[in-house]
This record gives sequence, structure tokens and C-alpha cells, in this order.
Amino acid sequence: MLALLGCGGPFPQSTLHPHSDFGRATDVLFTEIFWWATGVFVLVEVLLVFALIRFRHREGRPAPRPTHGHTLMEIAWTLAPAAILVFVAVPTVRTIFATAGEAPADAVKVDVIGHQWWWEFRYRELGLVTANELHVPLGRSVQLSITSADVIHSFWIPGLGGKRDAIPGHVTRIAFRPEQVGEYSGQCAEFCGASHANMRLRVVVDSDSVYGRWATVQLAGPAAPAPGSAAERGKTIFARSACIGCHTIQGVSPGVIGPNLTHVGDRATIASGLFPNDSAHLARWIADAPSLKPGALMTRMQPPLTDADIAALVAYLQSLQ
Amino acid sequence: MKSWLTTTDHKRIGLLYFFTAFAFFLMGGIEALVIRAQLAQPNGHLVTAETYNQLFTMHGTTMVFLALMPLSASFFNYIVPLQIGARDVAFPRLNAFSYWVFLLGGLFLNASWLVGPLFHAGRLSVAPDGGWFGYANLTERQFSPGPNIDFWLLGLQILGISSLAAGFNFIVTILNLRAPGMRMMRVPVFTWMTLVTQFLVITAFPVITVGLVFLMFDRFFGTHFYVSQAGATPILWQHLFWLFGHPEVYILILPAMGIVSDVLPTFARKPLFGYTVVVYSGVLIGFMGWGVWSHHMFSVGLGPIADSVFSATTMLIAVPTGVKIFNWIATLWGGDIRGTTALHFAVGFIAMFIIGGLSGVTHASPPADLQQTDTYYVVAHIHYVLFGGTIMGLFAGIYYWWPKMTGRLLSETLGKWHFWLQFVGMNLAFFPMHLIGLLGMPRRIYTYSPELGVSDLNLVSTIGAFLIALSILVFIVNIVRTRTQGQRAGNDPWGGATLEWSIPSPPPVYNFSVIPTVANRLPRWKTEHHDARSPGHTTRADPRARRILVAHARGLRPADSRAGTAHAYAVGRLRGGGCAAAGHLSLGVRALRGLSDDARRYCASYEPGTRQSQDGVLGVHRLGVPVVHLAHLDVSGLQGEERGRTVPARDPQHPVHVGQHLRPADVEPDDGAGARRGAAWRHEVGKDLAVLYGAARAGVPGRAGDGVHGVRA
Repeated sequence: MLALLGCGGPFPQSTLHPHSDFGRATDVLFTEIFWWATGVFVLVEVLLVFALIRFRHREGRPAPRPTHGHTLMEIAWTLAPAAILVFVAVPTVRTIFATAGEAPADAVKVDVIGHQWWWEFRYRELGLVTANELHVPLGRSVQLSITSADVIHSFWIPGLGGKRDAIPGHVTRIAFRPEQVGEYSGQCAEFCGASHANMRLRVVVDSDSVYGRWATVQLAGPAAPAPGSAAERGKTIFARSACIGCHTIQGVSPGVIGPNLTHVGDRATIASGLFPNDSAHLARWIADAPSLKPGALMTRMQPPLTDADIAALVAYLQSLQ
Repeated sequence: MKSWLTTTDHKRIGLLYFFTAFAFFLMGGIEALVIRAQLAQPNGHLVTAETYNQLFTMHGTTMVFLALMPLSASFFNYIVPLQIGARDVAFPRLNAFSYWVFLLGGLFLNASWLVGPLFHAGRLSVAPDGGWFGYANLTERQFSPGPNIDFWLLGLQILGISSLAAGFNFIVTILNLRAPGMRMMRVPVFTWMTLVTQFLVITAFPVITVGLVFLMFDRFFGTHFYVSQAGATPILWQHLFWLFGHPEVYILILPAMGIVSDVLPTFARKPLFGYTVVVYSGVLIGFMGWGVWSHHMFSVGLGPIADSVFSATTMLIAVPTGVKIFNWIATLWGGDIRGTTALHFAVGFIAMFIIGGLSGVTHASPPADLQQTDTYYVVAHIHYVLFGGTIMGLFAGIYYWWPKMTGRLLSETLGKWHFWLQFVGMNLAFFPMHLIGLLGMPRRIYTYSPELGVSDLNLVSTIGAFLIALSILVFIVNIVRTRTQGQRAGNDPWGGATLEWSIPSPPPVYNFSVIPTVANRLPRWKTEHHDARSPGHTTRADPRARRILVAHARGLRPADSRAGTAHAYAVGRLRGGGCAAAGHLSLGVRALRGLSDDARRYCASYEPGTRQSQDGVLGVHRLGVPVVHLAHLDVSGLQGEERGRTVPARDPQHPVHVGQHLRPADVEPDDGAGARRGAAWRHEVGKDLAVLYGAARAGVPGRAGDGVHGVRA
């Protein structure tokens, strides 16, 4: 197993090398329990195999002594595991309280709302709304307040720590301080229907300055497309299509059923982490989202969009940097 | 054939359960194979997302409710009455009812695969697709508009009725129908674990019934038990389900632990180490299992106090579980271990269950669990405890009790192949899942991205799954071949300690002609001098071995007794496996009406020193030895074989009481009429018949190699 660990990779959703205080706390605990468990495992299996070999039937062997029990041994092997469990329980309870979702007052506060099958992020103090990709600054705490708009989901970025369920009518919390710049992938971890497998997300940890620039750009309105360009044609098509019923583009449309697209061109992936954000995938997605993501509420347009229209829309969306 | 439809015989019902459950096990297994085939590579497209979601839901539901529980029930049905010395369960017709309702529930649930068109579904299958623990509010009508979840909840309600009925039935059976002398602490561990399991069933199933009724009302009648917008919460479902669900997993594992506790001593040739502790730990697990349910909810955000409490209770319950494992190893320790297939599976249980148990301990720590829950790590855990645990234990029971149930031994060669293929297969299938989960693959996803880096491990897991399937094929071949070619098993092919091995294989419909009276925990080991026989030993006679049973009856007063107490002596001669061929015994086997009547008649007319006109068979001891009046034994007839002297007729007025007692309860009248006699007859006779051990040894001719057996009842 450890050999397998060494070869292959990278493992972008691995829990084994966490990069946040929350993640490290749980990892330390898991490692400790793991080694106790390994010790017990080795002991038990060795005893078992030894007994099987040493006491296997051989001709001429006298009948075994009919031992019925031994009180002292019973006490010993009751107390020993109980003692080991104390070594597991004490750090466990400590870590539970340490990771209970409280964060310092200057934490970045984000409301996370799970939908079938995408993630909505609302930065409370910034007043920023985005989807599927969460940007956070290095070195500051982040507090996520998680809920759901429909069924139970679970927010999980393995590289940054454990998961929390997103439950309609409840708010659960995770607090962490990321410790390394980078991109961390995750996905929904509670079965939520047809496209549960496709409800992925990414967290981008930026340095403080990069995060600041990102926030500024996000808060600004969308770039206006150049006159006469395909992007402008795309914007016109967008504004007269059903798109506006589900999606928000600041200054263009108010829909809240689907992800906010104001700066969709900036994202590395689309369809909640399913595909790279390039023309080909955008075009296929717009043309027939349910074929790529079973059950997706973004049904095909009726009447269907022409290829030219789709190309224009793609150009427009890509211009929304 | 029709008799199978109307039977209320616990043995037949046990077989019905077995074959039906096994068929569902195969269905659940095929569902698993399709799942593994889909996941063998990333971005697989063997099945659609919707089909996949139905597959994993039905795999879990089928395996838990239609395979594992009923397979255990087949042993509850067949074996428990035999182990406690009963003729049937307390409520045989309710027992049949349980089986047929189970079949109905299973058929109803699986009908959903085919009835889509009836519901205008646009596809063939409307099988349940909400996961085997069906979390609200995904299961509400709003998010699951079709009939899929309706099939699930109604099917489970039907199955719940079956389980509840059986639960009450077995509790009453075990508490009320034990043979005389079988105190609770003499009951075999399998029966004890069955008892605990049934108490869990009757207390846990009502909880899920309530949960399912709420869901049913939400879906059919517009209530809002789990709807947040109405002020309720979907977490209520989780609490209700897991309050049931955790005792349910103990319902799944305790019977297998009981099987292992009975199998190990038989093949180690020594008693279970720490019987009392093993029994009490089972009871303790039953109670403590009620206090851990929210360890399935550590990611729900119940709060640090609730998390800490459930973490502590979950860790605590590991202690009685671990104690059992140590006791099993101690049972093997110092034994004389025979490596039969049944033993292989019992040992496999221990080896695999410890892994599942230890991964369970890692789950018990909520912060660590937050990285493990809802991933393939927990899928590994559940399969190690349920496959490596329960299924291995059930196969141990199958190989152990198959000869009793069918009269034929399963092939040991095929059995070993089955075991090793299954052992390797399951480890290949499930061990990588620990790592797959830790590398970030959640559970219940129909496909995964190649970027995760878990593609190779998934492929290995799939190979393991198919290896398991191959092992099951080997097992099926074994069953089919043994029907015709299997070596016939006698009463006791393994040299077992418990009562089921004292009757023929398969048992007659009434099980025991005479309900035995039990004096200890190992009635068959303590009652006769048991030489270790090789597995598969049948009642092939060894012509050189003869055993002579001498019985002395006290307390049968002749009408004209001059001595005050009449004594009837009996000598029987066991030649090889049964009553000897004619010519060697002057014992007739003419049927007599019953021990008390005839003994009294004998005694009434008995005169010391005279020879009676009748052949003196008073009955047949349950060991197969005739019990006769010594005075009627023409031992000179033995001289055809013996070198020795004649046996002087004994003076009944001066018996030598040496040794042990033969009770009338152990002697059945030759005509099988004991079946109608019951308790009253058993108590008529009163005092014990005493076995003259030493006197027989002194007085009866023998050769080297003859054994004289005292019988302690």
C-alpha cells in the first residue's frame, strides 16, 4: 500500500498531505490512530497465524487440555484495548473542540450553498457572488457557512481538511487557514441525486495580493464586449434567451437558479468542475447540458440554438473575465 | 413439491430461507459486479448515471435485507431448535408466515427493475435509487418524483413485518423450549447470539418502521416530516434511520460471531475459551449498540459535545468486540486444529473482521472521520465487516451444518478452493478501497475523473470482485455436485459438542425421538469418551472396535420384591456403528412399548437368578446402543467372537454402584413411540438407571481393544 502510495500521482484530492491547520489537525489524529491500529492488527494476526501453525493437527498428538477460560487473561485483554482507546479518545476530543468551526473575527467569511449539482459562493463582507471556484487568501482564516438550497450535499476539499454536510434549513461551519498557495480540488460527498458524481469544486489559494486583485475584478462589473464583435452578438442572444431566467450577469440578467456568470470567463473549469473552460466544452455544454451532466436542470433550448448562435454565446462568455 | 408450500417444519423453512436468500445474494453480487465493471476505468460508460444509482441502492438494500439477514435466519430456523433440543420453534405457522412475507418483500422490491412501463417511466427500471439508507430530503417526492423510492419504502415495510414476526418467534423458542437441564449458560453460543439478535430486531425494526411511515406520509399524503421549509428537518430521518441502522449492523454480525464460536471449538477439539465472557460481551454489544448511532452523522455538524459523546461510546463498543477476538484465538491456542473448510472460513472471519473493526476505530474519531466518511474508505470498512465478517461467518456455518441439513458432506477440496479464491478476491477488492477513499474518491459516484489518480486501484478492486464471483461459482458447483456425489454424513461427521450432532443427518421431522436431558454445556463431549476423529468420519464400522454399554436401572420396584429395590441390568453391544449383525448378539430388537412399562413388567415378574422368556431389549440409547436386561443376555452367544468366560447372572439384590447414570430420557423405545411420550413419560420412571462401569468391565469378556463405556447423562 505504501509502495502504491509512492508511485503514481499527483493525487489532487488526496487527504494525506493537507495544507491547512484544520487538515493537519485531523491528519495528525488519523496518523496516530492508524499506527495504534496497525500495531493491534499485527499483534492479532501474528497470534492467529502462530496458533494455526503451532497447534495444527498432527498424528499422535494428545488430546488438547479442555481449558474453559482464564479470568486474569480476560481482564487483561479487556483493559489493554480500553487503555489504548484512551490514547485515541483524548486527542480526539481535543481536536473536535479545536476544529469546531470557530474562526477569528478577521476571517474571510463565505456562505456556501449547495445546489443540485453546483456550488454557490457568497462572500459576505465583499458582497461577491460566484460559483464552483472559491478563491481564498493565504495566511488568513476562512470561515465557511454551509447550507443547501435543495437536498443534502457535502462540501469537501480533501487537501484542506474534512467535509461538512450542506443541509437545507441548517448552517454548518468549517474554519481553516490555508498554508500553501495552489489549487485544490474537491467534490460533493453526500449522494444528492443523478449527477452527484459531477458536482465538483475547486478552491484556489492565492497570495494576499493576488486575492486582493481577484476580489477587485470580481466586484467590478463585467467587461463590455467590443462593438461588432462576436461577443457582442453573443450578449444580444443571451439577453433575449431563456438564459436570463437562471443566470445572473451583473447588469444583464438577474436569474438565481443557476451559477452566477458575471466573471465566468475567469474560471478554469465549467459545469462545476467537470470540464476545462474552453470553447469546445462551452459549446457542447450550452448545446445540451443534460447529455454531459445527467439530470442537469439546464435543459436544451427549445427551439435549439444554431451553431452560429452558440459560437457567439461562447465568445461572449469567454469575454466575461 | 406442494408440501414445501405448506410446510411449517422449521427445517424446511430454514432451507427455503437459505435458497431464497442465496438467490438474492447472487442478485446483489451481480449488481456489485456491474458497479465494479463501471468503475474499472475513469469516465466509464457501461451504465448510465441513473442505472448506476439504482444499482448501488439495490446492491446495498438486497445484501443487507434480502441476503445477509435471511441467510442468518436460515440458520436460526434450522439449527436453533436442534441446539436447544426442541422439536420446532414456538410458533411454526408464524415461522412459515415470516418466510413467505420475506419472499413477498424481496420480490416486490426487485419487481421495480422491470415495471417502469407500468408507471410511464420512459424506461424499464424504476428500481430504488436513493441509496440503501435513503436520506431525506432527496427521497421526498419533490426530488424523487417517480415510484422508485415508493418501492423501496414499501418493500422495507413488508420485510420489517417478516423480521418482527420471526424475532418474537425465536425469542419465545429460545426462552421456553429448551430441553430439560439446558440452563441459559449451557446454551450454545450460536443460539445465544441469535437470542440477542432477535431482541435487537424487535426493538430496532419499529424505529425504522416509524421513519418509513413518516416518509410514506410525506410522499403520499403531503405531510412534511422531513421538509425544512415546513419547519422540520431532514436530519430527523438520519436519526431515525441510524437508531435502527446501527443495531441493524449488530443484527448482521452477531449471528456470524455465534457461528464462529461454535465452529472453532469443534475443530480445535477444545471448548470455547471464555464462554461466559463471549456470551456476556454479545449481550453487552447488543445494549451498547443503541448508544452509537450518530457516529454515522459526524459530518452533519451536530456540535462538539454530541460528536464527543458518540465518539466515546463508539470506541467503548470496540472493547467487547475485541474481547471476543481474543477468546477465539485462545480457543485455537493449545488445540488440535483440523483444517476443514468450515474452520478456514471461521478463521477467515477473525482475520478479516479485525481489519474492519480497526478501520471502524479510525472512524470513531470525528475529526479523522471527516476525511473518511462518505468516501471509499468507509466502503472498505463496511465490506470488511460485512463480507469479511458476516459472509465468511455464514460460509463457515454453511460448510459446518450442510451435512446436518442434507446428510451429505460438501467437498473439502472445492471448499478450500472456494475459500482461498474468496479470501484473495475480497482483499484485492476491498483493501485498495481504503486508499482510494483517502485519495479523495467519494462513495456513490457513477464515475470519476482520471486526474484523481485512483484508476489503477479501482481496476485492482474490480479484478478482486470478479475473483469473488469465481469463488462463488466454485461454491455453487460444490453444492450441485454434493447433491448426488457427496459423501454421506452420519449423525456427527465433525465430532461436535452440541445437541444437533446427536441426531441423524438430516434429522427426522420430529428431531429428537426423546428430548434429551442436558447436564452441561458440551452435552456430546462430556457424555461420552470422545476420541478425536478425522473430519468426514462417518459411521463406517471399525470391526476391531467394540464398545459395551452397561446400564443399571434402579428404582423400578417389582411387585414382590424381596430386596426392597429391584435392579434391572442392561448390556448392549455396539459393534462398529450400530446394532450388531445377527448371530453376535442374542439381543432381539423386537419393539417394546416403553421403558417404564416393560421395566416394571420385568421387575414385577422378575425373580433373581431366573431367566426371562423374552428377549430383553428395553430400548435403544440415543448413542445407538440397545439397552437390555442383562439377565436376558445370552452372553455365551458372544463366545463366537470372544475368548472369554460367560457372564454370571447378576444378583440384583447386591448391585455394585460404580460409575454413572443412564437416564430413561436417553433411551428411546424401539418403536419410536417416544415421540408421543413427552415429558410425562420421561418423569414416570423416576430414578436414574445406573451404569455399572467397573462391574461390567470386570464381568464381561472382552478382548484387547474393547472399550467399556460408562455413560453419563
